[in-house]
Amino acid sequence: MKREPPRALADYAPLVFPGAMLTVFFVIPFSIMLAVSFFKRNPAGFYTPDFVFDNYARFLSLFFGKVLGFSLMLSVGVAIVCVLIAFPFTYLLTKLSRRAQTLWLVALLSVLSMSEVIIGFAWSTLLSRTAGITNLFVWLGLLDQPVALIPSFWAVLTGMVYQALPYTVLVLYPALVRLDPTLLEAARTLGASPIRAFLNVVVPALRNTIVATLIMVFVFALGSYLLPQILGRPQHWTLSVLITDQAIYQSNMPFAAAMAVFLVLISLSLVGLTLLIGRREAAQ
Amino acid sequence: MSRALRNFYMALVGLFMSLPIIVVAGVSVNEKQDLSFPPVGFSLSWYAQIFTDSGWRQALFNSLLLAVSAAAIAVAIALPLAWFLWRRIAPWANIFQVLGLAPFILPPVITALGFLSFWATVGAYGQPWTAAISHAIFFVTLPLVTLSLGFASIDRSLVEAAATMGADDRTIQRTIILPMILPYLVSGFAFAFVLSLNEYIIAYMTVGFTMETLPIKIFNALRYGYTPTMAAVTVFFVAVAALVFGTIAIFGDIRRLLGAMGQDDS
Repeated sequence: MKREPPRALADYAPLVFPGAMLTVFFVIPFSIMLAVSFFKRNPAGFYTPDFVFDNYARFLSLFFGKVLGFSLMLSVGVAIVCVLIAFPFTYLLTKLSRRAQTLWLVALLSVLSMSEVIIGFAWSTLLSRTAGITNLFVWLGLLDQPVALIPSFWAVLTGMVYQALPYTVLVLYPALVRLDPTLLEAARTLGASPIRAFLNVVVPALRNTIVATLIMVFVFALGSYLLPQILGRPQHWTLSVLITDQAIYQSNMPFAAAMAVFLVLISLSLVGLTLLIGRREAAQ
Repeated sequence: MSRALRNFYMALVGLFMSLPIIVVAGVSVNEKQDLSFPPVGFSLSWYAQIFTDSGWRQALFNSLLLAVSAAAIAVAIALPLAWFLWRRIAPWANIFQVLGLAPFILPPVITALGFLSFWATVGAYGQPWTAAISHAIFFVTLPLVTLSLGFASIDRSLVEAAATMGADDRTIQRTIILPMILPYLVSGFAFAFVLSLNEYIIAYMTVGFTMETLPIKIFNALRYGYTPTMAAVTVFFVAVAALVFGTIAIFGDIRRLLGAMGQDDS
C-alpha cells in the first residue's frame, strides 16, 4: 500500500475520532487554562471571568522569584547528576548481551513507571530514623545512633535523581545503541585505553545528544510535584508544588493557571531547543 | 573499560535503583504495625489487607478500572491516527501527532490544571469518567509512539503483493496489517495501563475529592501516619509493572520499542 494523499472526503474518516478527542480534551482545556490565567480570583467558587494581568504581576514578588530560582537550580542539579551517572551506565548497557539489555530495560521501565507517591514513600522510609539506611551505618560502626535524613535538600535531590535516572537512561539509549562501533575500534587500534576512548571519542561524538538529554531531564525534573513535599521542607517547594497548592488548597485557580502558562513557556522553548539541536545533528 | 570496573559500576547503579524497593519490601513484612527495618517478625497479612480491607480494595478496584478504560481510550485515539499518518500523505495531519505527543513532554501538573479548569467549566468536575478521559489524553503518547513504530516496521511491498493478488483494503487490513501491528498495539496499551495505574496528580486534580485511586489513597495515608499496607501496595505495584514489562519483553522486542533499531535486528 503506497502512501498517497487523501482523495475523497471519506479518506479523512480515521482522523475524525482522534482529532475530535485531542481538540476537545487537550486544545480546549489548554485554552481555558490560558483564559483563566487572566481571570479574577473568586474565593467562593473557582474564578470570575475578567481580563486582568494581576496574576502575572504576582510573578514580580520576591517569594515567587525565590521559588522559581530554587526550581530552576534544583532541576539543573538533577539533570547534571542524572546525565553524569546515566551516560557511562547507558554506554556500558549497550555493550551487554541482548538478553542482559532486555532485563535491565524491564527493570528501568518498572522503576520509571513507579508513582511519585510511591517513590516519595520509599525514600522517606529509606531515609527515616527507624527503618533507614543510617541503621546500616550504625551496624557497620560508622555512626553512633540512627538519624533521620529527612526533611532536607539532599533528600529532595536524591529522590528526584532516583525518579529521573531511568528516564535519562531511556532517553540516551537510542543514541548510544546506534553509535557506530567502528569509531571506538579505530581509537582502540590507535592505542587508546577503553576509558580514554570513551572520554575522547564517545563523549565528543555525542555532544549534542548530551545537551539535548540535559534539557529533556531538566524539563522532566521541573514536573516533580510530590517529592519536594514529602522529602523536603516548605523552602524546598518548587513551581509545580506551588501550582498544585494554589489550585487545590488556596483555591486560586487564576494564579495557578498563570504559573502553569509560564511553566509551559519555559518547557516548550527548551523542548524546541532540543529539536533544533536534533535537526542540526541530523544535518551533519 | 575493564570488565570488573564495568560490573562494579553497573551493580552500583542497580543497587541505587533497588535500595528503596528492598527497604520497602522489608518493611512490608513486619509483624506489628510499625516501621522498622530489618523487619521484626514475618507476616504477609499486610498484603492480604490490600484485598480484605474495604478501603484499600475499593481503591485497587478504582485504579484498575481507571487504568483499563484510560488505556483503551488512548489506544482507540492512537490507532486510527497512526494508521492515517502511515497510509496518507497529509503534512498538516502531523499537527495531531504533535498534539498527541505534547501532554507527555510537558510537566504533568500543567495538563492536570488544564483538565481541572476544563471539567470545572463544563460542570463535570469530580465525575469518575473524567479521570479516564484525562488519563487517556495524557498517556495517548505511548500507544501513538509504539503504533507508529509498528506501522513503520511493515514492509510496504508485502501489502502491495497482497493487493496485486486481488485482496481489497479490508482484507489487507485484517490479514496483514492487524497481525503485524498487534504486538505494538498490546505494548502501547500495556504502557498506558501501567502508567495510569501509578499516576497521581491528574487523578487527584480531576477526581481527588470524589474517588480514591491507589496512589491517592497512599498519599492520603502518608499524611495520617504510616501503615505497612502502603509498603505492601508499593511492592505489589512494582511487581505488576515488572510483570507487564517482562511480558512485553518476552512477546515483543522491548529494545526496538525503546529505540534500538536497524543494524542488529535479527
